[in-house]
Amino acid sequence: MSTLTKQDTFIGLLDTAPNNFSAARTLAKESYLSQGIPVAKAEEYKFSNIGKKLEQNISNVAPAQPFEVTSEMVHSSIFAGYEGDLLVFSNGKFLPQLSSKIEGVEVSLISEKNDLAIGSIAKPEKDAFAAINQASFEDGLFISVPKKAQIERPILLLSFNQANGGQVIQPRFWIEAGDFAEVTFIDQSISLGDNSYFVNKVIELKGGVNTHLKYYRLQNESKSAIEVSNIETDVQKDARFTSVNISLSGDLVRNNLSLNLLGSNSEGNMYGIYLLNGKSHVDNHTNVDHTIPHAESNELYKGILADQSRGVFNGKIFVRQDAQKTNAFQQNNNILLSEDAIINTKPQLEIWADDVKCSHGCTVGQLDEEALFYLQARGIDKTQAKGLLLYAFAGEVLEKIEEESFRVYCDTLIQERLGSKF
Amino acid sequence: MSKDNSILEEFTSKEYEHGWSVNFEADEAPIGLNEGIIQWISAKKEEPKWLLEWRLKAFRIWLTMTEPEWANVNYPKINLQGLRYYSAPKQKKSAKNLDEIDPELIAIYERLGISLNEQKRLEGIAVDAVLDSVSVATTFRGTLSKLGIVFCSFSEAVKEHPDLVKKYLGSVVPMTDNYYAALNSAVFSDGSFCYIPKGVRCPMELSTYFRINAANTGQFERTLIVAEDESYVSYLEGCTAPQRDENQLHAAVVEIYAGAHAEVKYSTVQNWFPGDKNGKGGIYNFVTKRGICAGDYAKISWTQVETGSAVTWKYPSCILKGDHSIGEFYSVAVTNNYQQADTGTKMIHIGKNTKSRIVSKGISAGKSQNSYRGQVQVMKRADNARNFSQCDSLLMGDRCGAHTFPYIDINNASAKVEHEATTSKIGEDQIFYCNQRGIATEDAVALIVNGYAKEVLNQLPMEFAVEAQKLLALTLEGSVG
Repeated sequence: MSTLTKQDTFIGLLDTAPNNFSAARTLAKESYLSQGIPVAKAEEYKFSNIGKKLEQNISNVAPAQPFEVTSEMVHSSIFAGYEGDLLVFSNGKFLPQLSSKIEGVEVSLISEKNDLAIGSIAKPEKDAFAAINQASFEDGLFISVPKKAQIERPILLLSFNQANGGQVIQPRFWIEAGDFAEVTFIDQSISLGDNSYFVNKVIELKGGVNTHLKYYRLQNESKSAIEVSNIETDVQKDARFTSVNISLSGDLVRNNLSLNLLGSNSEGNMYGIYLLNGKSHVDNHTNVDHTIPHAESNELYKGILADQSRGVFNGKIFVRQDAQKTNAFQQNNNILLSEDAIINTKPQLEIWADDVKCSHGCTVGQLDEEALFYLQARGIDKTQAKGLLLYAFAGEVLEKIEEESFRVYCDTLIQERLGSKF
Repeated sequence: MSKDNSILEEFTSKEYEHGWSVNFEADEAPIGLNEGIIQWISAKKEEPKWLLEWRLKAFRIWLTMTEPEWANVNYPKINLQGLRYYSAPKQKKSAKNLDEIDPELIAIYERLGISLNEQKRLEGIAVDAVLDSVSVATTFRGTLSKLGIVFCSFSEAVKEHPDLVKKYLGSVVPMTDNYYAALNSAVFSDGSFCYIPKGVRCPMELSTYFRINAANTGQFERTLIVAEDESYVSYLEGCTAPQRDENQLHAAVVEIYAGAHAEVKYSTVQNWFPGDKNGKGGIYNFVTKRGICAGDYAKISWTQVETGSAVTWKYPSCILKGDHSIGEFYSVAVTNNYQQADTGTKMIHIGKNTKSRIVSKGISAGKSQNSYRGQVQVMKRADNARNFSQCDSLLMGDRCGAHTFPYIDINNASAKVEHEATTSKIGEDQIFYCNQRGIATEDAVALIVNGYAKEVLNQLPMEFAVEAQKLLALTLEGSVG
């Protein structure tokens, strides 16, 4: 249990909470009060001192008010070639007039769904920030994909964030997909201005039997953005969950990505890239919980760290006693490009069942000198050769994105970064 | 399945073979812990004033600390006030040679298979035998002293080599290091001291054999090994304890100092009483072991075979301070019944071109929990650091657990660090392959486990390897995955 510090700064925020979901909010508030903001010594936040960061940068712990977003802003922000649907947000508030009507999918505000079991997937007792969000979120979005619906067009969650005095933005989503449904989400945030703000996001995803949920995310906000997200998914029998998380920027970013495999033959795939420069600090905590027999999980996270950036990776795999015949694989590879870059990685396995195949691998290293030499011998200069090799290193994750326009977009961003940087 | 069960049953009901105890008159401290007790221990051991002050300082620091709770182990809290901090067999003064030692004490060690009689011993191993709080005898001291090697009990070292002790005591494991290290610094009773002068290659294995005999006694020994530049020593440690219903605490500190081009090899076969098959009794083994490669090209290698203790909490570590220094950690940890082990290592790369290698093999059976917890840290100036870690777990039975907590913290772009871990059970296909070739299932398991642990067992000195293999066979024969 972490020690309490600076609780009071967030207490004010908790008091601004609306009156709905009072049971869930009270529970979350109590949970937060017992946890407090994690301090440097807290094991889960050991390398990411978010409490201190917030203290230094978030001067005004109050909800950031929504601001005007125009359709021109939306159009110019959507990446080239994208033809899917669109849901637009301003500082976490849903803007229906700028969003698409999505055929076959129910979209409504969480405040209109009074009997929604919020906090039943991303439980407030697991993380102080999830608790803060649950206790004090203004409103959020409920997205429901009915049984057997095959939503072919992806859904882009496009958030515009801006704060003038270091305020707090708390988006919240509840996404459910019925049995045999398939749906793809792309989550992207755009920073307007360079002011610091704190995004405290919670997404709860619920997949039925044999659903396929795909969640792609691009984090390329301003260098002063602070973000904590708790994204947790429950899936049932035969279901699949695939996520790709690409982090390119941010002052301090913490992603808690959790997956609970609740039915046999379910499968989880988690992929990620963190390509950082400047003083960016990105912390990926993933958690796969195998509770039942015959499930599989794969995880691959790759990091390239330049300048004074810091990457943190903590991958947990839990295999419960009943989860026999589990296959779980996890890999984390890192390349440090500068003397001042830091990587803290902890691939963690906790296994209580015996008939399992679990492995994890982790490396920290440099580019292969021989590969560099090979390219140079063929007339490619060193900088370009390095960029090429790093691009190939990241490519293994990029190719997991099935939505082509998004993949091309991320690809371009990464190439630009590698080209300009190396 | 029923065959598997019967074999497992047989395996889990195996008795601990060193579970006996001996009654003899002992010289004991009163139960409890306070400054008075520390003064009592210090006076008993006729220690100089500086050491008493050092102890008291540690005690005062300890009072401000709280028991660590981060380890992945569960056990009822120990009442540290309910323990006895000193217990020694009554002897007629200090024995100058073996003839003067109480034959009853010699008999204890004979029964453990440790002969204190130099003539009867295999050539090549000098033993310091520690019973409860004191060292009973140290063999081959004469032979060693001709080379300038000091190998004696810690209490003697304090008297005869106070400068050396003063210089190195607490230099690797400071008293502020952790809760149990502070406690040990305050109340440590005896242990071994070993000093290898510059350029000397120790001609025989040095060994300490620890035995807890008395009930309700904590054992707090302290081992200090100093290898000066260009020296070499191989050091062995063995331990057993009687079978008792209550838990006993063993909180030792081992410090190793290696100078430039020195090499220290430290091997342990830990076989403390693990508790009975219902998890009753057993030793709590909370040990701090750390070595420092202070000079360039120094090398420290830890090899451990952990089969005993109810709860193990032990992380032999290397501080690679000298350039080109090397740290190694080889471990086989076997847990059965209700045993819990949280063990691993820390490799701290400070110097340039330092290398470390970690090979950890965990085997869990019964209802035991086996965790590997390790850290590889490459500091900012540690250019070209290299680490390879491998930690594998083998699970036998569906009620046991295997956990891995590797921390990899890299702050230098030229570091190359690799970590890999696997968890699995013995494959049915492997067993089948052996069966096909006429190898019975039980033998096949032994074969596979031995092959699995071989990489570590190969690192052990001959005599220890034999003991370790016997222990492994005893613990694991017949357990079918």
